[in-house]
Amino acid sequence: MTTLRNERALLWLLLLPVVGFLAVFFLVPLSQVLYFSVMDPGFTLKHYTAFITDGFYWKVLFGTFQTAAFVTVLALLMAYPLAYMVVRLGGAFATTILLIVTMSFWTSFLVRTFAWMVILGNNGPLRAAMEMLGIVPAPQLLFTRFSSTLAMVHLLIPFMVLALYSVMKKIDPNLTRAARSLGASPFDAFRRIFLPLSAPGIVNGCTLVFIMCLGFYVTPVLLGSPREQMIAGLIGQQIEEFLEFGEASATSVILLAVTLTVFALYNRFVGLDKLWG
Amino acid sequence: MTVFDRHMNALSQTHSQGVVMTQAYLEIRDLVKSYDGKQQAVRGISLDIRKGEFVSFLGPSGSGKTTTLMMVAGFEMPTSGSILLGGREIAPVPAHKRNIGMVFQNYALFPHMTALENVGFPLRMRKTPAAEIARRAAEALDMVGLAAFGGRHPREMSGGQQQRVALARALVFGPDVLLLDEPLGALDKNLREQMQVEIKRIHRELGITTIYVTHDQSEAMTMSDRIAVFSQGVVEQFAPPLDIYQRPTTRFVGSFIGDSNFLDVTRQNDGLVAQGIGALNIAAPSQAGKFHGLVRPEAIGLWTGGDEQGHCVLSFLIEGLVHYGDSVLLIGSAAGLNLRARLPSVQASHLHEGDTIRIAWRENDMHLIPVQ
Ligand SMILES: Nc1ncnc2c1ncn2[C@@H]1O[C@H](COP(=O)(O)OP(=O)(O)O)[C@@H](O)[C@H]1O
Ligand SMILES: [Mg+2]
Repeated sequence: MTTLRNERALLWLLLLPVVGFLAVFFLVPLSQVLYFSVMDPGFTLKHYTAFITDGFYWKVLFGTFQTAAFVTVLALLMAYPLAYMVVRLGGAFATTILLIVTMSFWTSFLVRTFAWMVILGNNGPLRAAMEMLGIVPAPQLLFTRFSSTLAMVHLLIPFMVLALYSVMKKIDPNLTRAARSLGASPFDAFRRIFLPLSAPGIVNGCTLVFIMCLGFYVTPVLLGSPREQMIAGLIGQQIEEFLEFGEASATSVILLAVTLTVFALYNRFVGLDKLWG
Repeated sequence: MTVFDRHMNALSQTHSQGVVMTQAYLEIRDLVKSYDGKQQAVRGISLDIRKGEFVSFLGPSGSGKTTTLMMVAGFEMPTSGSILLGGREIAPVPAHKRNIGMVFQNYALFPHMTALENVGFPLRMRKTPAAEIARRAAEALDMVGLAAFGGRHPREMSGGQQQRVALARALVFGPDVLLLDEPLGALDKNLREQMQVEIKRIHRELGITTIYVTHDQSEAMTMSDRIAVFSQGVVEQFAPPLDIYQRPTTRFVGSFIGDSNFLDVTRQNDGLVAQGIGALNIAAPSQAGKFHGLVRPEAIGLWTGGDEQGHCVLSFLIEGLVHYGDSVLLIGSAAGLNLRARLPSVQASHLHEGDTIRIAWRENDMHLIPVQ
């Protein structure tokens, strides 16, 4: 009895460092943001009313959702066949692909974003190639919605692949065999058996990528069109250019609320404990 | 028509034609499979399986049973050789058009479908009208005694129930052949025996040509019309259970099925001489000069004296006893040979380790296997 209680106490003790860390470096700044969003300098809700009444903010928020949804769908369409090949073929092929996917986690978002700046830049290889092929003048690639979307898809695909893979590899290969022996064509076996069973992976991957996209900062700011900001970029601008701490804080709180809502929906219909397989 | 009726019709047609029963229905010819191009998992297997026959593939793990089954089912391409079903080559036919039912060891039920939906799946794939699917799937579930469980998902069922659903699903569409790959391997002993009876009942009722893979010899012995004994990618013997047990054609078969004693027997002049024992008064088979003499432990008994003509009588030192309740296995040595003898418990109650006793077997109970 006492030993059991001691054990539990010990477990809580183990949690202390991470709880302390999160309290100091996460909860405190977050409270500060909440505080700033309603205190400028005295108590006021004007930053929220400004956001709600100004169509511009809504446009940015809607655009952010749109981009996030678009990136999510593209990432899914590209990652699904890859993850499928990895589980179906297995062996050296699977190991190689998974290694490449994991390796991309070792290169920072910032570095890869700069790489895209070089590739898509006005004097970059892609435009040069286009011009050589007779597409003159080659279209502007950098600082467009295209470039930021492309780069975000590239950056987030590994998350999608791993989310899909972790679910797909648990699907018994005998299930598709069973389906085939029961008269299902290869396509039917995929559509009626494999696809529905991989749905949790799709939901997980999409939620993950979508939420990461909502708060994406570096890539849209460095590669995207200045006229079509995403919400994190807007927050950065409010602080750096306009020194509007109250406004920036209110926008952050709204972004946080939106993100938490997505999580809550996910939790309601799927369960957060399933997010990492 | 129920599943049952359909099969009975098919069966009675075969019966009325008489001769068909003895003809091969599923023919496997010189089948070879190599996964990597170097080693062969299946090294030239030929089997003729009759319509309605219950055949077991019996052999140790890795002997090529599953590989052979997968080629029949159409999941693996043979490297060479051919498979004929009803006289037609099925190699070019994709798995989903072979009309072969398969039951997997881990059941392979679709977890996102109810039992009824699982059983209805093959009918749905055949574009059967919905009302007929519902009716026939319910019938098939009824056949395996799960009529009341149609609405359950696999995770809500016990292993035995899941296996029954898998069986119903593999039979509902009236397949030409039923393949079962170690279907009872994951079940405990009691349930396994119950399912063995069930599978035999269904086989009797439907008369469907069945291949049953197992590494459990007693399962193969009790269920099969014929057993194909697999070893290292070849079939060592294909014969009825009793033949396999009493007249194995290779030493492997003799030692894999049942308990065994092997003695070296050689032909000298015109008679046979057993190592450690001497001349045998049995007719020498025509072939070969060397034999494995197989004596089953239960063929060995206590020698109580009398005419030794036609018997091998030896003095036996007991080195160990294993009690099975109804019988006792004696492990020891006689004439420089390690021997195992199995006696009914009532005859062995007075025996102890270290005792020397007189044992004997009838010379005719020794089965000779030519050394290859
Ligand atoms: N998919 C596969 N790829 C490569 N080798 C395999 C594969 N399946 C089976 N084997 C090999 O083929 C041999 C026979 O295996 P298998 O047919 O599964 O035997 P059994 O069913 O009798 O246990 C084994 O050596 C096994 O390792
Ligand atoms: Mg096997």
